[in-house]
Amino acid sequence: MASQEQKNVSSRTEEEQVDEAPLPTPAPDSGAAQAATSGVDDLLDEIDGVLESNAEEFVRGFVQKGGQ
Amino acid sequence: MGAETEYGIHTPGNSSFNATWLSTQVVHAYSKETGHRAAAGGETRWDYTDEDPLADARGWVLPRQEADPSQLTDSEPELTAAQIALEGGVALDHSGPLMMNMVLGNGARLYVDHAHPEYSSPEVTNPLDAVRWDAAGDVVALAAIRRIAATQGLPPINLYKNNTDNKSVSYGSHENYLVPRHVPFNSIVTGLTPFFVTRQLMCGAGRVGLGQDGSGHGFQLSQRADFFEAEVGLETTIRRPIINTRDEPHSVVDKYRRLHVIIGDANLSQVSNYLKFGTTAIVLDMIEQGTAPVLAFADPVATLKDVSHDWQLRAKHLLRDGQRVTALEVQRLYLEAAKEHCAANGSSHPDTGDGHTAAVLARWEDVLTALAADPMTLANQLDWVAKLSLLQQYRARDNMAWNDPRLALIDLQWADIRPEKGLYYKLLQLGRMERLVTDQSIAHAAEQPPVDTRAYFRGQCIQRYGESVVGASWDSVIFELPHQRRLQRVPTKEPLRGTRELTGELFETSPDAETFLGRLLAGAP
Repeated sequence: MASQEQKNVSSRTEEEQVDEAPLPTPAPDSGAAQAATSGVDDLLDEIDGVLESNAEEFVRGFVQKGGQ
Repeated sequence: MGAETEYGIHTPGNSSFNATWLSTQVVHAYSKETGHRAAAGGETRWDYTDEDPLADARGWVLPRQEADPSQLTDSEPELTAAQIALEGGVALDHSGPLMMNMVLGNGARLYVDHAHPEYSSPEVTNPLDAVRWDAAGDVVALAAIRRIAATQGLPPINLYKNNTDNKSVSYGSHENYLVPRHVPFNSIVTGLTPFFVTRQLMCGAGRVGLGQDGSGHGFQLSQRADFFEAEVGLETTIRRPIINTRDEPHSVVDKYRRLHVIIGDANLSQVSNYLKFGTTAIVLDMIEQGTAPVLAFADPVATLKDVSHDWQLRAKHLLRDGQRVTALEVQRLYLEAAKEHCAANGSSHPDTGDGHTAAVLARWEDVLTALAADPMTLANQLDWVAKLSLLQQYRARDNMAWNDPRLALIDLQWADIRPEKGLYYKLLQLGRMERLVTDQSIAHAAEQPPVDTRAYFRGQCIQRYGESVVGASWDSVIFELPHQRRLQRVPTKEPLRGTRELTGELFETSPDAETFLGRLLAGAP
């Protein structure tokens, strides 16, 4: 529970964005904490799915010529 | 006002291609996409007559022989196979023209600038339209690379709306503002510098890596801050200055200057972009009327970097008078002065105001208040906060240090303009980034010009009479008519003429360029 709550704290801003209209914050219970945690995990899972596969090589290969 | 975006250009898995050649392919692909000028077999040439990149707003002209070659932007860069070979890198054999320049039906310019494709938006009159027609550039760029991806024989090209490769190279995203010429340039410098040093709190795009080569570990607010080395100057590619003095008005010289702002980051977040244009325009108006706050940083160039590196917004910065202030306090000072200024001149009045200023001031205040309380609550509004929030979630989940290559990848891929790959676009699709303009209106802006500036005239000429338009620029459209030997150059020196109100009917009732020009020159309404 302690670790869940900690995770929930770091993800609070994300949760607030999902609910576009400000809603009254429910008292934290294990159900809400669970939902919050899975919300973050879902986002990162989704991002994981589109990230280029070899990060180090991809970033190294992005070389630009000078601009303004 | 208007926006310029130079896109980062990349062929994944193959860095051997010549960047200038790749950029010409983007312009070429878009010309194929729209059919504009393709029918006449060539590009719309840029009319360089009124370009004057060496004129300095402080009142002199830089001698040509003293200029850096990259400053000579007033002549058609002659792009030949030989020149590309000189730059090195692979350019594929290609039967089509090497297209450097296009004038678009929405009044924008799409061209190759310093080895990057650049979209320069049409002139607009308000910050919401600036957001719309800047985002339209991303739609244009996307259409071009989609076409390239579907073209046999061409490598797939990715474009990134960012400002650095994190390997010592930066490319720009500029803003332009029309300012009355009677405003002394020195007032612009003193009034704008503290504002520019601190506005990155709202419109920084966020960056992983410190220093020009990004080798320092950490996060900072701005993509561009570490690349600025001077307070005032003419250059844009070397010794970059906080205030750029290029004095190329592209309009009536005696009445206007075009303030060329080079310090901004390319924004994907609509709120950041909106505040960038909206607040800067208000501050310029205050400078014109003498109501801007009076303060000066002891060392603006160093403070610019310090502010960028202080993403926890804690640092105090030394002013010339010995006081220390936070970046947020400086922005507050500008906001309070702006509220007073706009109330006094009536522009922010809810009923009789200009319809934009009140909204800009309200958003500016909301954002500064939230930054003071908890910046992370702005993760759905500001580019840097949204990016940082995502990075922090990854760091928490996978226990990553700031030099983890996956964080650098997230920073880079944030700016990928493809909706299925770009992380900004992912958050947008998930409802995690606030929209100020609809996708539909952005798509419309990719094809149609704003109706209330001379861009309307330029765009309509391209759309309706494109085959007869052989050249164009910000302040001219050049026609070649079938029965006339001489070219006909129509100057558009007044940015607020050539609007739909003034020329719409003439366009609607002129079936061809000859009729149109005949009636225009005869003084038809």
